Amino acid sequence: MAVVAAEGNRQVLTAVNEEAEAAGLAPGMTLTHAQALVRNLVLAPAEPLVEQRDLARLAAACLRYSPWTRACPPDGIWIDATGVAHLFGGEAAMLDRIVARLGKAGLAARAAIADTPGAAWAFSHHGKTVSVIPPGLPAPMLKDLPVAALRLPPATVEALRRLGFGRVGELYEVPRGTMARRFGPEVLERLDQALGHLFEPLDPVAPPPPIQRRLAFAEPISQPEDFRRATEDLTVLLCHDLEAAGAGARLLILAVLGVDGGTQRIMAGTAQASRDPLHLSRLLVEKLDRIDPGFGVEIVTLTAWRSESLLPRQSDLHAGREKEPSGLAPLIDRLANRLGEGRVYGLAPVQSDVPERSVRRRPPLAPADGADWPRDVPRPVRLLFPAEPIEAMALLPDHPPMFFVWRRERHVVKRADGPERVFGEWWRRPEEVRATRDYFHVEDEAGARFWLYREGLSAGSYRWYLHGLFG
Amino acid sequence: MSVTDRQAAIEALRLRVKGLERGAGQGRSDRGEALPFGIGQIDVALPEGGMVRAALHEVFDGNPYPNHGAVAAAWIGGIAARLDGVVLWCLRGAELHGPALACLGLNPARLILAQARSEAEILWSMEEGLRHPGLAAVVGELTKLDLTPSRRLQLAAETSGVTGFVLHRGDAEIDRPNAAMSRWRVSSLPSTPLPVPGIGRARWHMELLRCRGGKPAAWIVESCDETGHLHLPAELADRSAASRAGSERSKAAAAG
Repeated sequence: MAVVAAEGNRQVLTAVNEEAEAAGLAPGMTLTHAQALVRNLVLAPAEPLVEQRDLARLAAACLRYSPWTRACPPDGIWIDATGVAHLFGGEAAMLDRIVARLGKAGLAARAAIADTPGAAWAFSHHGKTVSVIPPGLPAPMLKDLPVAALRLPPATVEALRRLGFGRVGELYEVPRGTMARRFGPEVLERLDQALGHLFEPLDPVAPPPPIQRRLAFAEPISQPEDFRRATEDLTVLLCHDLEAAGAGARLLILAVLGVDGGTQRIMAGTAQASRDPLHLSRLLVEKLDRIDPGFGVEIVTLTAWRSESLLPRQSDLHAGREKEPSGLAPLIDRLANRLGEGRVYGLAPVQSDVPERSVRRRPPLAPADGADWPRDVPRPVRLLFPAEPIEAMALLPDHPPMFFVWRRERHVVKRADGPERVFGEWWRRPEEVRATRDYFHVEDEAGARFWLYREGLSAGSYRWYLHGLFG
Repeated sequence: MSVTDRQAAIEALRLRVKGLERGAGQGRSDRGEALPFGIGQIDVALPEGGMVRAALHEVFDGNPYPNHGAVAAAWIGGIAARLDGVVLWCLRGAELHGPALACLGLNPARLILAQARSEAEILWSMEEGLRHPGLAAVVGELTKLDLTPSRRLQLAAETSGVTGFVLHRGDAEIDRPNAAMSRWRVSSLPSTPLPVPGIGRARWHMELLRCRGGKPAAWIVESCDETGHLHLPAELADRSAASRAGSERSKAAAAG
């Protein structure tokens, strides 16, 4: 896979993944060249703005490792690890952890830690996956890296290569005056930055401070009523702050610091950004009984951990429509708060003939995407998952069964409709290439209606299943 | 006391009794009183002329595998389809199939599902829903409903005007006392054979087991159409129409 961007009137690769790299592709190559090398190359258009934004978000996410991080376009993140590595069990352990965590998120990463940003950049781009450069050693270790490791523009690297400079170490002995005259100040500057002769400041990203309110008590509190009052007061204050910021909370965290130093937290999420103190405090108060006050609580903080902009809305002209679904947000929040995230949902149709794939869950307040539900084919009210194997007997291959045995009970089929053939979706799973199901809508002697299907595995071998019950 | 005076007094008393029977109902919304089935025989037997909206109704499934409650679910779905607004359906499993509800006229976009882990959570969710006047109906799938929770649900429904349904799954005791407004049992019956191979509309035996202010009754109906309406079977409602349709079908079959 490769990412392509237009450069002048050429299409140039800007990034390649591991497989593409193994096939000999590299950033900077033209698209025609790359396609000549690799036949089935998967291409994605470059979106510089999106990439930049995502990199900035990733840099903000890396604030978990250090209070001082910054995006380094196009593909890096600076993390100032001064005095934080011991929290992660040492520098090497910290890098391993960062790379593993990014790997879990589907990002291939290389990390390096060194005395200077320049050296760290060099080793992260031209060294091993994880490199730890001991203090005071950038010069001897940088010696063997290619000159491209100095963060120089490709034209300068090419010029250096023509003059016979392949490695960083070869630049150490060159008289500085000559070098500056020939290549300008940039090479020396980058070299000095890498070796630590020139200080390079990093400008950290400022994470947007989450809106927070804090209550400290002169005397520790431990009574449930006190907690409730504290929560309600904090919510009112927080909602004022949210209003001033034009925001609404999506996730609240109430942290309780006990006298013994332990912190307990409860969270409450909302389906829509909200700054209604009554609603928010009710969500939190419902969970207050999970807090064990212990010897008493000194400090309570309430943080709007995730918030979204929420502008005062103009009242609807059609004020008579009281059944507008947005009025349901508080109800849905309370349900989700008690039952759990993801347990309150709506349904949306999916274009699929396979019944168990024809529905997906959607957030309950998401606007319907306008997709229509099929109504022309009867479907059972209860769809069993997984379908239950049954024993059935049909006289002819395409006929409904004469009878079937489900849960040890024998049902004689009196009336039936079918078959309705459903083909496997081979584009999802290769095993489904040959899979077909023939659905029958049958009624037994008592009038109960079932949805059966016969799964054709290969010619001549069948298995019967009960997939649903009709009303 | 004259006859007219006595009659007036009796009328006044009847009104008072009715008011008592209907509960306090202070914050009652001004929604229509009852949702008729649109079938004369059934609506006549119901004291309000249909399903009372601001109330709790219980539905049992009379089929031999009641823990799926498919017939009861379809029956409730048909009524909910004819109500206007969002329906909250509280359940434990996830076998409720959206496309089937679309076939009954209940657009699944109007549905909010709440998947609970226990009966207690379902009762709690139902009560929360029944207190919210923005909903049209609340359905809860339970295995039993005791007196106290049923009273809470019924009161919540009366105050908000939301229609509540309890769908009984499993072998629930059918005569357990509670405060629900009405108690129904729906079960399958063999459908009329078609003159051609295939399957017609399902047929249900629909029993009103208990109803505040009404008498038990039973009907045979055909399952909901695509607008959620029940129908009387053709041979019971209008024999001539049925025979005409039948003869046309058999003619068509003979021609084909």
